[in-house]
Amino acid sequence: MTFYETAGVWVAALFTLAIYSFLYRENPLYRLAEHLVVGVSLGYSIVLTWQRILYPRLVQPLAAGQEWLLIIPATLGLLYITRFFPKVAWLSRYPIGFLLGTGMGVSFPLDMQALVLRQIHSTVIPVFTPGTPWDVALGTAVIVLGTLAALIYFFFSKPHKGPFFGLGSRVGIWLIMIGFGATFGFTVMGRISLLIGRVQFLLADWLRVIH
Amino acid sequence: MKRTVPLMLALVGGVIMIIQYFIPHQVSQDVFDYYTSWAPVVSGFALILGVGSITRLHYHKLRAREKNWPFSIAVLVPIYLMPIFAFFVPASLGGGSEFPGFFDFMYTRVQVPIQATMFSMLAFYIASAAFRAFRAKSLLATVLLLAAVIVMLGQVPVGDLLGRWLPDTGQWILRYPNLAAKRAIELGVGFGMLATCLKIIFGVERGWLGGAGR
Repeated sequence: MTFYETAGVWVAALFTLAIYSFLYRENPLYRLAEHLVVGVSLGYSIVLTWQRILYPRLVQPLAAGQEWLLIIPATLGLLYITRFFPKVAWLSRYPIGFLLGTGMGVSFPLDMQALVLRQIHSTVIPVFTPGTPWDVALGTAVIVLGTLAALIYFFFSKPHKGPFFGLGSRVGIWLIMIGFGATFGFTVMGRISLLIGRVQFLLADWLRVIH
Repeated sequence: MKRTVPLMLALVGGVIMIIQYFIPHQVSQDVFDYYTSWAPVVSGFALILGVGSITRLHYHKLRAREKNWPFSIAVLVPIYLMPIFAFFVPASLGGGSEFPGFFDFMYTRVQVPIQATMFSMLAFYIASAAFRAFRAKSLLATVLLLAAVIVMLGQVPVGDLLGRWLPDTGQWILRYPNLAAKRAIELGVGFGMLATCLKIIFGVERGWLGGAGR
């Protein structure tokens, strides 16, 4: 191991311990790590934004004398800075208006496709076709009826009474609870994996007590 | 000028982008191409605003020697030192075991471990939240508890040892009932997104105008 590698492992291990020290109580070491990560992330974002966006997409084409229209987004972007000067701070609404409006315009048909039409398309499917295993057929029936039931539960314009809305919303809440439980369990396992990763780093890379 | 022009920008931009989607023509493709090259440039400048704001905040803390002011140095130094190294010492960008640069070192040995540890720490909080949430007080809470336990046990080797049915049931729950519940929620989110898009484009939702220059 080179000196730099060893130093890197020690620095990473000390900051890992600094963050875990919060489990006992808040302390200066944790606060230092917390503040440092804010600064480092922002410094990293500055470099990334310059190298990936501003330089290749704005500075380079303008310096090459091409795409003079790029002066328009550059001017819009510079208007953000007016936020620091109260008298002209309202000018910062222009880039926000441009980005919000166009962003919403682009995402409207895409959201319609991905979040509505494709979801409905994947729900309205045949429950049973010859040769389908029983667990898949049961699962498909759960998807078709369960999605409808959960939607009924979220439909608040009608009272949840009667055979359709009453029964539907009761089945719906059961499905939602199973879904929440499953999501919670899945999230817990994800976090535990991260914890195992950090403990492995400390024990293997830093202390070298395991291999 | 202060409110009408930004609202018009949102309206015109939004309507044009919706229309271009439905007209597959070279002109609409050009409009979309302009948008994809302009939007990142405009949003890139927002970083100046962010960096300026955080600098101003911590500079005031330092100047006034407010409580915990030394931590402000830990924020400000890397914000400016990392770009300086990246721009003036390009070698610092590269990794490698021999002479890893400052920029690479700060990213791989400070930022990545701290962020990974912060996320891993959620395991402790999520476990304590589980103790409170998973008390089987009612039938529905019991259903939630059972689903979570089956999914969790299904993901670890001990679940497989208890019986093959456990991981299979865990997978089945994730694949079908979980999907049904998520799909209903996603449809709700989808309709909400569509409504929000239209509200912003047509100026019904104006919260984004904020109070600047009022």
